[in-house]
Amino acid sequence: MAIELKERPTPPAPRQITTKPRLSDQVFRTVVTIGGMASLVILGLIAIFLSIKGMHILVDEKFNFITESRWEVITDETGEVIEANFGIGAMLIGTMLSATIAILVGVPISVLSALYLTFYANGKLKKVLISVIDLMAAFPSLLFGFWGFFIFMSSAEYWAKLINKYLGFIPLFDVPTPIFERSPFIAGLVLAIMIIPIVTSISREIFDQTPLDRVQAAYALGATKLSMIKAVVIPYGRGGIIGGAMLGLGRAMGETVAVYTVLNVVYQVNWQVLFGAGGNVASLILLKFGEAGPYEVDALMAAGLILFLLTLIVNATADFLINRFGGKGR
Amino acid sequence: MTTSHVTPSSLSSVASARTLSQPGTALLGNGLETRGVHAWFGKKHVLSDITLDFAAGTVTALIGPSGCGKSTFLRTLNRMHEFIPTAAMAGEVLLDGKDIYAPGIDVTKIRLRVGMVFQKPNPFPSMTIGQNVLSGLKLAQIKNSNTDDLLESCLTRAGLWNEVKDRLGEHGGALSGGQQQRLCIARSLAVEPQVLLMDEPCSALDPGSTFRIEETIADLAKTMTIVIVTHNMQQAARVSDYTAFFLSDGGPGEMIEAAPTSSIFSSPQNKRTEDYVTGRFG
Repeated sequence: MAIELKERPTPPAPRQITTKPRLSDQVFRTVVTIGGMASLVILGLIAIFLSIKGMHILVDEKFNFITESRWEVITDETGEVIEANFGIGAMLIGTMLSATIAILVGVPISVLSALYLTFYANGKLKKVLISVIDLMAAFPSLLFGFWGFFIFMSSAEYWAKLINKYLGFIPLFDVPTPIFERSPFIAGLVLAIMIIPIVTSISREIFDQTPLDRVQAAYALGATKLSMIKAVVIPYGRGGIIGGAMLGLGRAMGETVAVYTVLNVVYQVNWQVLFGAGGNVASLILLKFGEAGPYEVDALMAAGLILFLLTLIVNATADFLINRFGGKGR
Repeated sequence: MTTSHVTPSSLSSVASARTLSQPGTALLGNGLETRGVHAWFGKKHVLSDITLDFAAGTVTALIGPSGCGKSTFLRTLNRMHEFIPTAAMAGEVLLDGKDIYAPGIDVTKIRLRVGMVFQKPNPFPSMTIGQNVLSGLKLAQIKNSNTDDLLESCLTRAGLWNEVKDRLGEHGGALSGGQQQRLCIARSLAVEPQVLLMDEPCSALDPGSTFRIEETIADLAKTMTIVIVTHNMQQAARVSDYTAFFLSDGGPGEMIEAAPTSSIFSSPQNKRTEDYVTGRFG
């Protein structure tokens, strides 16, 4: 008997699945969307404002703006600008130097204090320490600057001299003339203290979330607290630590007043971190803004735009690093 | 108030197991005993007066309904109990005749000798399969020059070697739940414990994986003392030499009866044990 091959019926087209949200849901959705978009819109407007104001400076100066190190405006009697040269190379390098010092010093201290708070401190002391650290985050940066200038500078100078004495053969720690005051090193240390609160809170929160079953597994294998932390907590928290460090880096790069108070801002590229001369983009803007004419203000906006882009790049790098190295411990 | 003490007949039969079992090797040790163990969480008294012997080289199952304190009791045996901030205990736990709660005892050494496998498989996700097995050496800072052999023997004893020998470099999270649990067993074997505590090791696993782990337990019992908490009475009957029945009547958990497994299931001395093992409650 012949088998009749039936043609398979063509499957129906997929149905459109829709749902009609309730009014309350729609209202709430709108409110939340506005909230979520607000920061994006504000950030975008700032970027547009900076670009409009500063773009013609960037077009005039081209790459010199980020490679050269000078800030000259020559005007005639009527205040008209005859000639102007702008370059923030020294400021950019100074910003990155002091921010790097801040991260190198601040992050290890923060991670250790977060570990202490999570795994060693108990009861009342823990609560007191956590609120002190939160308070530190809200402390005005000007006061950090004053403290750094009047109190901290003299001891930091001593350390700088020690480093110079024993490690001076490394070009980074060399000084041309023995001026140790107001150096990028000291500014970096003040910044380090300023970023400790944020990095500590973020690390502490991630350490707190370490899955208890992994902690117990480690202890059940005869782990000491130290080996448990190394094997379980640090791999789990790595992404959070990097994220916290990047937030700290953002703060360190954008910090204005504290650096301005401590650092001796000069228009010369200086890689010698212990020498009392350095640069900082944000401090430059603060320094020049008060007496700048309209044309110079545009140049300062251009500097602001560059700082903004630098911060964006740093944050993008942070995201990349977290995705690349942070996930494994999860 | 019901008495929590073991009936005289069952106690003697458990105690006699010591003489019946083979003379302990150095690894096997002389078993584990508890004397009047109580436990509290804060002010709540959760476990009352447990006196029980675990003879070397035997498998003892702890059974009873949820909340009867059997897991808490298990965790007092390797001092994992004290990780809960408000936890307290009284009584003695004797490992080779020495109290593991005695002042001056290094608790990490106790946990090396009394290993533990948890309810939920918990391999370290940041480590590969091989690193997971050997993680105990690193954690406890034990030196071992022949890690390749140790790796193979631990995985073989845990019944996992054939499945993972070609993928030791993969991460532990890539395994199935049952394989992960056997990986956790292999991990606890690497530090050569003399006692292995298992807290419902199969409750998150499918029947096939459960069967494999029960086979593993039977193999391991030749070289170590095993205490297993289980909700599954068939499992208790299959894997254990001795069974202890725990029960809480709203107050702290108590041990109602402890005896060789066959007699617990065939001729329980206590009415409540009989009701429980025959499925009348719990």
